[in-house]
Amino acid sequence: MYPARFDYAAPQSIEEAVELLGRANGEAKVLAGGQSLVPMMKLRFASPEMLIDINNIPGLAYHSADPDGTYRIGALCRHVDLEKDENLASQQPTMAAAAPLIADPIVRTRGTLVGSLCHSDPQGDWASVMSALGGSIVAQGPNGRRSISCIDFVTGPFQNVLEFDELAVEAVVPAPVGTRAGGYLKLERRVGDFATVGVAVSIEFSGTQVTRAGIGLTGVGASTICAGEAATMLVGQDLNADNIDRVAVLAAEISQPRSDHRGSEAYKRHMVATFVTRILSKLLPTTQKVA
Amino acid sequence: MTIDEVKIGGLGARRSRVEDNRFIRGMGNYVDDITLPGMLHMEILRSPLAHARIKSIDTSAAMAIPGVQLVLTGELLASRNLAWMPTLSYDTQAVLATDKVRFQGQEVACVVADDPYIAKDACEAIVVDYEALPVIVNPTQAMADGAPIIRDDKENQHDNVVFDWEVGDKDGTDRAFAAADVVSELELHYPRSHPSPIETCGSIADFDRATSKLTVYMTTQAPHIIRAAVAMVAELPEHMIRIVSPDLGGGFGNKVPIYPGYVVSILASILLERPVKWIEDKTGNLISTGFGRDIYLRGQMALRNDGKILAVRMHTDSDHGAFFSDAQPSKFKIGLMHSAFACYDIPVAHLTARGVYTNKAPGGVAYRCSFRITEAMFFQERMVQVAADDLGIDQAEIRRLNFVQDDDFPHRTPFGFLTDSGQYAKCLDIGLEAIGYEDFLKQKEEARKNGRLLGIGISTMTEPLGAGNSREYDILGIKMFDSAELRVHMTGKAILRTGAKTQGQGHETTWAQIVAHELGIPADDVVVEEGDTDTAPFGMGTYASRSTPVAGAAVSMVSRKIRAKARKIAAHLLEVSEEDIEWELGRFYLRSSPESGVTIQECATAAYSNVPDGMEPGLENNAYYDPPNLTWPFGCYITTVEVDPLTGVWDVLNVVAVDDCGVRINPMIVEGQIMGGLAEAYAIANMQLITFDSEGNCVGSNYMDYLLPTAWETPGFELHEVVTPCPHHPIGAKGVGECATVGGPAAFVNAVLDALKGTGVRNIDMPLLPDRVYEALTEGHDVSGAPPTRTG
Ligand SMILES: Cc1cc2nc3c(=O)[nH]c(=O)nc-3n(C[C@H](O)[C@H](O)[C@H](O)COP(=O)(O)OP(=O)(O)OC[C@H]3O[C@@H](n4cnc5c(N)ncnc54)[C@H](O)[C@@H]3O)c2cc1C
Repeated sequence: MYPARFDYAAPQSIEEAVELLGRANGEAKVLAGGQSLVPMMKLRFASPEMLIDINNIPGLAYHSADPDGTYRIGALCRHVDLEKDENLASQQPTMAAAAPLIADPIVRTRGTLVGSLCHSDPQGDWASVMSALGGSIVAQGPNGRRSISCIDFVTGPFQNVLEFDELAVEAVVPAPVGTRAGGYLKLERRVGDFATVGVAVSIEFSGTQVTRAGIGLTGVGASTICAGEAATMLVGQDLNADNIDRVAVLAAEISQPRSDHRGSEAYKRHMVATFVTRILSKLLPTTQKVA
Repeated sequence: MTIDEVKIGGLGARRSRVEDNRFIRGMGNYVDDITLPGMLHMEILRSPLAHARIKSIDTSAAMAIPGVQLVLTGELLASRNLAWMPTLSYDTQAVLATDKVRFQGQEVACVVADDPYIAKDACEAIVVDYEALPVIVNPTQAMADGAPIIRDDKENQHDNVVFDWEVGDKDGTDRAFAAADVVSELELHYPRSHPSPIETCGSIADFDRATSKLTVYMTTQAPHIIRAAVAMVAELPEHMIRIVSPDLGGGFGNKVPIYPGYVVSILASILLERPVKWIEDKTGNLISTGFGRDIYLRGQMALRNDGKILAVRMHTDSDHGAFFSDAQPSKFKIGLMHSAFACYDIPVAHLTARGVYTNKAPGGVAYRCSFRITEAMFFQERMVQVAADDLGIDQAEIRRLNFVQDDDFPHRTPFGFLTDSGQYAKCLDIGLEAIGYEDFLKQKEEARKNGRLLGIGISTMTEPLGAGNSREYDILGIKMFDSAELRVHMTGKAILRTGAKTQGQGHETTWAQIVAHELGIPADDVVVEEGDTDTAPFGMGTYASRSTPVAGAAVSMVSRKIRAKARKIAAHLLEVSEEDIEWELGRFYLRSSPESGVTIQECATAAYSNVPDGMEPGLENNAYYDPPNLTWPFGCYITTVEVDPLTGVWDVLNVVAVDDCGVRINPMIVEGQIMGGLAEAYAIANMQLITFDSEGNCVGSNYMDYLLPTAWETPGFELHEVVTPCPHHPIGAKGVGECATVGGPAAFVNAVLDALKGTGVRNIDMPLLPDRVYEALTEGHDVSGAPPTRTG
């Protein structure tokens, strides 16, 4: 590959990285796993003057739960770290379902969840998962840290609210209210393909009643779609075939797919509904068992 | 005493591929691995537009970049009469565009610089002013009234037609149709795909000022054809041109044509008197080099109520892109399309073909297709399936009923080929048995009751492989024979060279096995070399599954010449006359006392140390082989699938392949070829697609859009074999490299359509993406034509 000429820096701390970002005045790019940035540079869609490689910054590779159940994913936690974590399914079922469906094994060993969120590709799987989970991103800039809800984070295809001198340091999933269940389904034409349609569903329930619900949609709009409206229909109710059906229909309506070589608009809508139904129907017995 | 042929790596030995030793250890030697002193790097600027007039090209900013040595445009080439070059099918192709660009990705300018980064930077600094023109992306648009004429560079070209061609008996076919009980019809599109070899195209041109000799290291499947073409285009004397095709990272027909990059790198080296390397990137390879298919086929089949096929009519509209640059066996404009229906006993048929220009990359016959056989057999097997459904006849039964019988050979096909051998029904029976046909039909019925959709698809075909024979086949007038040269050294070790060019087929292994079979020299004692025109005998290269049928036969023949001489030497050594000795593998012996004999190695030694009076010393020879006919392998592919009625996603349950490619030299290599072919058949049926939007933008210019299946989704294959030796090949072998790619796709498509039986759907065009299957299933109509392209 023959990218345009660039400078390279490998800071040892978050502070140093933020300072370098500030000095570059918007002409630098953070390099995490490089699985989105490097292909863009190869095609010269991206020609940053400087790469700020954060891989040498210690203490960012974590993914773990706080005592209260808040879940944190550090900026250098790789897709594969999540995929291989056997405890993830019980704590973060939607994430656990998505992790093995991201890209292919080679990409998963380097790519990061936070990098995926920052890349803000409407076909990125993690953004829908995070929006279904009500997650947020913590960014550090010259004036300290701020937390941005995933739903507000993305502003368009490959666009987000990060300032040029901010580094995303972690993604955060709030503690569940009750028990958490969920799933992720993705229609891909082959392994490593981006989603034709991806659906992330997360529900939390107490007793048999849904206390919180979220749905995120991948690949069916100009950016990740949070189908919150559809999901909230379930709150306060017991899950049943009827409301599953209604949620599925509403989620399909909220989606904004376009016809392309991956499928027609009508088909993609149909797939959103089918996947919402399939995930929720699979969760149905779990919610009933608790009672 | 007798040598075990398999032990010495002869015929039938599952010998490990000797070339893999270096390939799997990263020690291959590809064009891009070669570095010459003082070498410069070339990069191509490609057109972003599919059809546009070039108003101006400003290269001043590019020239000003430090490290840039030369910027070449069409204008510069035109001044040397090199802006256009001949193609391998009597058309012309722009080397660098002068007047217009005619497809997205067309070569517009080249930069030669000290390193590839600088060359790429400089390409970006070239300013081209384009005036966009209306774009044509399919044959319908190409033939529409008032369509812009793409090839306005050609005198007498007043439309977008490349050729009109026909073959067969029109009147006879019409009569047969008039007498038919039933007429079945089918119309389909075989979409464009790209062979996408792992190694892209590239070259290093090295013009030596001291000797005036031009050496070109390049990715070519046919080095000798290239030498001839370079002699013609560059007007250099042929003996001062040396083409070297080193290790090739796959070819699949993609590396047969002559590409602008080769030509410009040669010119640049001559102008700069330094070596110039050009290595294409993946996108460049996908958007500008030889593709496969992209053809619309329609036809009718005349049938008797009992399933007997009476006649076939076919028409094809092929999309050749902006230049007719296929390598074509020149008598047949649409390649070997008329080999369709060769395995069936059909009295009469008629085919018309029209080729058109469009604003797309040129090509059409790459990708394991053997000159359009892929499309012919796909249409054939889809048509037979549709006919079976129309008549309500079992799909295996209709094939059996119409097969040419084992004792009917030689058999004249409906379009005039002569098939010579086969056991078609036996292959089919083995396939049906292996897949558990009857059981599966029951299972399918049961599953239906539970709303599950299972399907089974069959594809059976014989195809003509091994172009050619020189009566009928030539490229640019050069007859399609091939050659081998064998030198046995004095210790009995040998070097073999042929005019073919391996690119993954394993010639280095297989050819040595043929020598072992003919001479009893262990295969490990024979080194095989191909690809250097200064050392290899003249040959037409490797494509169209022709190496074993033609070059492989030449290897046998040259070995036999060596054996004939060795026999004379043996008689001399044994002090008897030639008539008194017999041959067994590796050894001549006295008929009267078999324990007295001499080995082939002893004969070799004597050839250099103790030849009989009057005999020339040495033990080497060459052979040029002109096959009397094509070879006719047979393939039977059966696939079972399950379709998810809610998503249209289909999963392959089982794939069975029964191949009869005659005698198998190295069964392991044959199986590898078949598995690779089946993987590609699955890919093409399922996902692999190059398509274009209405502006002529290529959708499929990278591996995110152009999907190659991985080991993950590719199903497993169960392989079976039948051996019907080729009656005219010296060791009874037939071509096999393309069989499964040719015959496989219809098995997958037929299976999915079988699962949809009862919905009224007759056709879904490939690739059978889930949305297309779902639409057909839920709407109950065909989903045909080029797939929808990206909007906005
Ligand atoms: C073949 C292939 C297939 C793929 N398939 C999928 C798929 O199916 N689904 C899917 O979701 N993704 C897929 N991806 C993308 C992959 O998941 C990437 O890993 C991910 O999108 C980006 O993570 P990264 O760490 O590699 O980021 P990088 O490539 O390093 O960076 C991506 C962008 O985010 C910015 N960035 C990264 N980290 C930070 C940070 N901490 N703070 C601020 N900015 C930051 C970078 O500057 C850059 O602009 C695929 C990639 C490839 C190459």
